[in-house]
Amino acid sequence: MDQNSFLFQAMVYLAAAVVMVPIAKKLGLGSVLGYLLAGIIIGPFALQFIGQEGEDLMHFAEFGVVMMLFIIGLELEPQLLWKLRKSIIGMGGLQVIGTAMLISLLAIAFGLQWQQAVVLGMILSLSSTAIVLQTLNEKGLLTTAAGQSSFSVLLFQDVAVIPMLALFPLLATVPVIQETTSTHSKTLVDGLVAWQHALVVFAAIVIIIIGGRFLVRPIFQLVAATRLRELFTATALLLVIGIAVLMSQVGLSPALGTFLAGVVLANSEYKHELESDIEPFKGLLLGLFFIAVGASINFNLVGQQPILILCLVVGLMLLKSLVLFLLGKIFKLTPDQNILFSLGLCQVGEFAFVLFSLSSQDGILPQSIIDVMIAVVAISMALTPPLLLLNERIIQPRFGSCQRADTKEADKINEFNPVIIAGFGHFGSTVGRFLRAHKIGMTVLDNDSDRVELLRKMGFKVYYGDASRYDLLQSAGADKAKLIVITIEPAEKRLEMIETIKKHFPNLRMLVRATNRYDAYDLMNAGMLHVYRQTLDTALRLGVDVMKLLGSRSYSSQRAARTFFKIDEANLKKLASIKDPDEYILSAKDKIEELENMLQADQIQAISEDTGWDEESLIEDAQRP
Amino acid sequence: MAKVLLLFAHPALEKSRIHKSLIREVNDLEGILFHDLYELYPDFDIDVKKEQQLLLQHDIIIFQHPFYWYSAPALIKQWQDLVLEHNWAYGSKGKMLSGKTSFNIISCGGSREAYSKEGRNRYSIKELMAPFDQTAVLCNMKYWPPFVIHGTHRLTNNEIKGYTKQYRDLLLLVRDGSPAVDHITYLNELVSLPELI
Repeated sequence: MDQNSFLFQAMVYLAAAVVMVPIAKKLGLGSVLGYLLAGIIIGPFALQFIGQEGEDLMHFAEFGVVMMLFIIGLELEPQLLWKLRKSIIGMGGLQVIGTAMLISLLAIAFGLQWQQAVVLGMILSLSSTAIVLQTLNEKGLLTTAAGQSSFSVLLFQDVAVIPMLALFPLLATVPVIQETTSTHSKTLVDGLVAWQHALVVFAAIVIIIIGGRFLVRPIFQLVAATRLRELFTATALLLVIGIAVLMSQVGLSPALGTFLAGVVLANSEYKHELESDIEPFKGLLLGLFFIAVGASINFNLVGQQPILILCLVVGLMLLKSLVLFLLGKIFKLTPDQNILFSLGLCQVGEFAFVLFSLSSQDGILPQSIIDVMIAVVAISMALTPPLLLLNERIIQPRFGSCQRADTKEADKINEFNPVIIAGFGHFGSTVGRFLRAHKIGMTVLDNDSDRVELLRKMGFKVYYGDASRYDLLQSAGADKAKLIVITIEPAEKRLEMIETIKKHFPNLRMLVRATNRYDAYDLMNAGMLHVYRQTLDTALRLGVDVMKLLGSRSYSSQRAARTFFKIDEANLKKLASIKDPDEYILSAKDKIEELENMLQADQIQAISEDTGWDEESLIEDAQRP
Repeated sequence: MAKVLLLFAHPALEKSRIHKSLIREVNDLEGILFHDLYELYPDFDIDVKKEQQLLLQHDIIIFQHPFYWYSAPALIKQWQDLVLEHNWAYGSKGKMLSGKTSFNIISCGGSREAYSKEGRNRYSIKELMAPFDQTAVLCNMKYWPPFVIHGTHRLTNNEIKGYTKQYRDLLLLVRDGSPAVDHITYLNELVSLPELI
């Protein structure tokens, strides 16, 4: 029965998502709104598939946020983080303090105790990392100025949660209900004095940094050597969950810990592999989280006090966006970017749910206020995607210059090389060395962890993973690169890769290595124009030397080899075009037959005399009287 | 004894009777470096530093080649384009070849008469050599008249033998003496063509 109800629940959530998200996307509403609507529909106030367990679900699904921050960390190289320090501390700090103070003052004006007002201000100053980053990412706006500013502010808020958590117990106004400590799971830091706590926290951070630097890579190397993909995924999940557990144990935000780990690993060769392994989990959990938010909106409460809630939602969002807009002005965002920035962050974030429940446990806020506020928070979150849509459709067009991520700002985060080399074995490495010697920027994809390690040491931009996978290609910048050199083994993998590229990156030029003639046929039939038989040139070079050592002139030998090469390539094209793709598997006998045909063709064509600088006819002419 | 650099260029030596015969002579001549450009640079990637070094080490630079289309085979042009660098061979700071001598040894199908105002090639060999002449002068070198073997399509084996002897004598003369070239049209005039039996 339990089993059944779990599966049933899973089915309900997945079905709701599968139905609503594509509809929302089709309508241009974005996936976040789709999930939220799905949540409302299956929630207690519509179809009633889920009831109060929505909140438990939300706690579970919050792990999606943790994973998202891990991935964001991965995409952020430490240098970039350092570059953003001004906007993180300046913008983020001013936003949190300014918004919290204004809300607190208003709350005091409305008659709350100052402690309650301060807690309310702090909680409501936060914005939703999940919704904002997901939406901006989907719209390709993360790398714009507004996107980076939003990111900076959100990052600061995630850090700011820690001191907030520490402050809460000091602000208690209502007597604490004793049982809360028992429901509160025990952590490592319970009962430690402040300096000990600080020490433990510091040690945890050091563990993450040092572990990420020196421990993670050999472990992944070991796991990669087993060549079991699922083990790699398991290790990636273990890493994220392990850090999350460690962070909660020392009383820090798990999201912050995984973000830190992500940054530490951002320069690692396993970056893309980790990213693509965690990505689906992150996506599903975030989706679940949004569904839970949708399902947790208490429409009863809204129905009872519609005006109050409406005023609170509108007032809150207005106030937050005004503070943000002012900040945008101070930090010199252009008006269109500033509007995106201030509308994007004007909701209250998912941390509010956690903090509200803590504030009730710590006895700061009465339940009546919390109930109303949770509805307000959920509604403000649900309103964000439509608000951004409104911005995109109606407000931004008025500015004319809706800045897109594909302008030069994209370079800030990702370095896109014009060439991608897939496979860095003997063949690929020769190409790579040549291009590197001529300072042609390239990104290397390889699945040999030892080689990846070595190349990284040599300063190459190398990523570990299966180059035929869409997501790895995507993160290697296949959509921006000019051409890709495909040298991976085996031949089937190359064909697979070609199909992926044809489907997803039609503008990417492919230059493909072929192991032999038959492989070349396959590649040509797959539509490849640039096919390079790996043995042809070398064998002919050897042939030239044989001719030279037997006394032929070197220039003539070389001309002969080039002629042979051209004729052979032309014949190959001809044969490839005749070939029926279904009759590929040539028997040994067929191969011998084909060799015979080739040899005969050579007799006729390739060995034909080089007529360059022929004098015979001239001599004939001259001897005529 | 002057040092002689013989820059030889023939893209299809297999097909040439006269040059095959001529170059058989030079291997045993002391002080004359036979430098086979097509053999060394079949891919036209001339080693400029090495070529310049060779030029510095020699006093007399000879271009030996068939007279294709009133000029030299393509590799000679490539050699000139790459080796005679500005401010090395010519230009305000380019004095490295100053005082050296250069001339051509060529073979051509047409007769001497064909290379005249009235002949079908309309210009004399001397006129057609103007690019080589001017190149040498721009590099502060003396440019001598060419050694020419005419009518190569009709040469008998005996004639080839004779020209080969004359060629050998010329190289020795150039190496050992200081021939007077002021009033001659072809260097052929300095060494007699042996009587042919």
